[in-house]
Amino acid sequence: MQSLQKITSKLIPLRIENVDTDQIIPARFLKATTKDGFGKNLFRDWRYENDDETKPKLDFVLNQKQYSGEILVAAKNFGCGSSREHAAWSIQDYGFKVVVSSFFADIFKNNALNNGVLPVTVSDAFLQQIFAQGANDTLTVDLEAQTITIDTTGAQEKFDINSYKKTCMLNGYDDIDYLLNMKPEIEAYEKASK
Amino acid sequence: MAKTLFEKIWDKHVVKQIEDGPSVVYIDKHFIHEVTSPQAFSGIEKRGAQIFRPQQIVATADHNVPTMHQELPIKDALSKFQVDTLIDNCKKHGVELYGLGHKYQGIVHVIGPELGITQPGMTIVCGDSHTSTHGAFGSIAFGIGTSEVEMVFAAQCIMQSKPKVMRINIDGTLKNGVVSKDIILYIIAQISASGATGYFVEYAGSAIRALSMEARMTICNMSIEMGARGGMIAPDQTTFDYIKGRLFAPQGADWDKKLAEWKELFTDADAKFDIEINIKAEDIDPMITYGTNPGMGLSVRGTLPTAESFTDATEKQNYEKALAYMGLTPGQSLLGMPVQNVFIGSCTNSRIEDFRLVASIIKGKQKDPNIKTLIVPGSQEVAKQIKAEGLDKIFADAGVEIRQAGCSACLGMNEDKIPAGEYCISTSNRNFEGRQGAGARTLLASPLTAAAALLTGKITDIRDILN
Repeated sequence: MQSLQKITSKLIPLRIENVDTDQIIPARFLKATTKDGFGKNLFRDWRYENDDETKPKLDFVLNQKQYSGEILVAAKNFGCGSSREHAAWSIQDYGFKVVVSSFFADIFKNNALNNGVLPVTVSDAFLQQIFAQGANDTLTVDLEAQTITIDTTGAQEKFDINSYKKTCMLNGYDDIDYLLNMKPEIEAYEKASK
Repeated sequence: MAKTLFEKIWDKHVVKQIEDGPSVVYIDKHFIHEVTSPQAFSGIEKRGAQIFRPQQIVATADHNVPTMHQELPIKDALSKFQVDTLIDNCKKHGVELYGLGHKYQGIVHVIGPELGITQPGMTIVCGDSHTSTHGAFGSIAFGIGTSEVEMVFAAQCIMQSKPKVMRINIDGTLKNGVVSKDIILYIIAQISASGATGYFVEYAGSAIRALSMEARMTICNMSIEMGARGGMIAPDQTTFDYIKGRLFAPQGADWDKKLAEWKELFTDADAKFDIEINIKAEDIDPMITYGTNPGMGLSVRGTLPTAESFTDATEKQNYEKALAYMGLTPGQSLLGMPVQNVFIGSCTNSRIEDFRLVASIIKGKQKDPNIKTLIVPGSQEVAKQIKAEGLDKIFADAGVEIRQAGCSACLGMNEDKIPAGEYCISTSNRNFEGRQGAGARTLLASPLTAAAALLTGKITDIRDILN
């Protein structure tokens, strides 16, 4: 897994609530058997008219040239719906390293963390301050300090992440390495619970 | 110490608690399907690891399969490759597969219970958010991502933070024409599509106790639609009677031992929940959704909120976006509005009781000539039972074709899609934009409300037909 320590980047504001994983990556793209290349289909049906890449919808933020960056900022309840990890893969493959929202759906949050994409939960008020930023303004997310800063104003909030997941993310470790090392304990558990 | 049902099962399955981190939770049963497993199989192979407990995994092909001519090769090349990859992976790793053409094939959340694999007290996961269905048996069941599928392959355990617990009590007697789908649509409309995020929900109360197992599954199935990690119902005599005699149910002395354990699975009288919600069964009408998330639902006789009722600017903007997609107007009523499609199926409502309900309404009648249908049983076993009970004749006489088992138009991965701009009354679980096909407009409802629309061609209060 990719590690992440600190990032300063412009942001892409997605002022939509309840963004479900069917919008992040529509079901017709789930026929793949690898994790590669999902980025080009991220938000596919919000990005293009009639699935046609030559007809970008200009009112959608990913098609607005002034916006760029590795931080996606979305309104509350981001990532609800289906458990498809393809949603996290497409966000990562598109180039996002951090997703900021005032509220994340549980499964998406786990999927993001398992792919080196950091979900940062902020207060509603702070989210509104971020949405008020211009296209050239930046955010700084510091995982070690667990802070997110609006660089133009200096406004800052602390965010939560448990220390286990934080260590994984800072170092690029994944859960499976941890579990594989726990085999004797798991076998002992199986024996005891029979 | 007094414990909730959830805590009793959770605590028993914690192998290790990581300090300021998640719990390592042992998984009893792992269901897999063709869409969310291939990258987990290749992941485990890349690590050079083995599947730790292949005998605790059951596989089926459901999301991406055709619902007509399943005996023929799958036409869509990518779908065929994905289904073939599942066959290869299961063979290579010694995993039991009820694949296409197998007599036990079907939607993963239909076959688990019907084969008696799903049992009280278990921890169950699957790379599918509707795994919460299995909680109807008093098990901890939840959906996971593909990295987590790989995790369970590797170690039969998963890393999870312990969720908070919520109890929703539904007491009283349901009105005529109101079924379990209406109960869950009502709950989600009350608490919103994110109202239970971070919680595991226990459904309780006299109205829940009175439900059949299949009706309970419909409720637990949609727990994820309010954000819950899962939903569960304490097992009782209804549960035990349902399981007894099924293919993988415990037998003989083993049954007696298990039954004694299962009878301990209830929330202690003085156990504490983080939140409790009380609902009167009598307050629930036949429900229908009007928007683009399952929380946007109302009584079939209700009127849509007015734009002025939203004080928050973002919420108002989102409401208007949803209604623009749905082609509806704030303040309007839905009753009598024409629809073009009816989908009866999905892990929410594709079991034999759902087909009995629909048959009871359409028997001896003709479908509306303008209605197009997708009627899809949840499994081969359900399809067999439909024939055994002669329900297939009732559907055929009404001019309705029954297809073969799969997820079908619930998520539109195969060719079963709703055309852009058309309305579909659907017994499935999600009304997201494009869920049933690009531009499709989904109205979630019960099998009874779907049956009513089948006959009238419009949104109908089922009670007008029943009375």
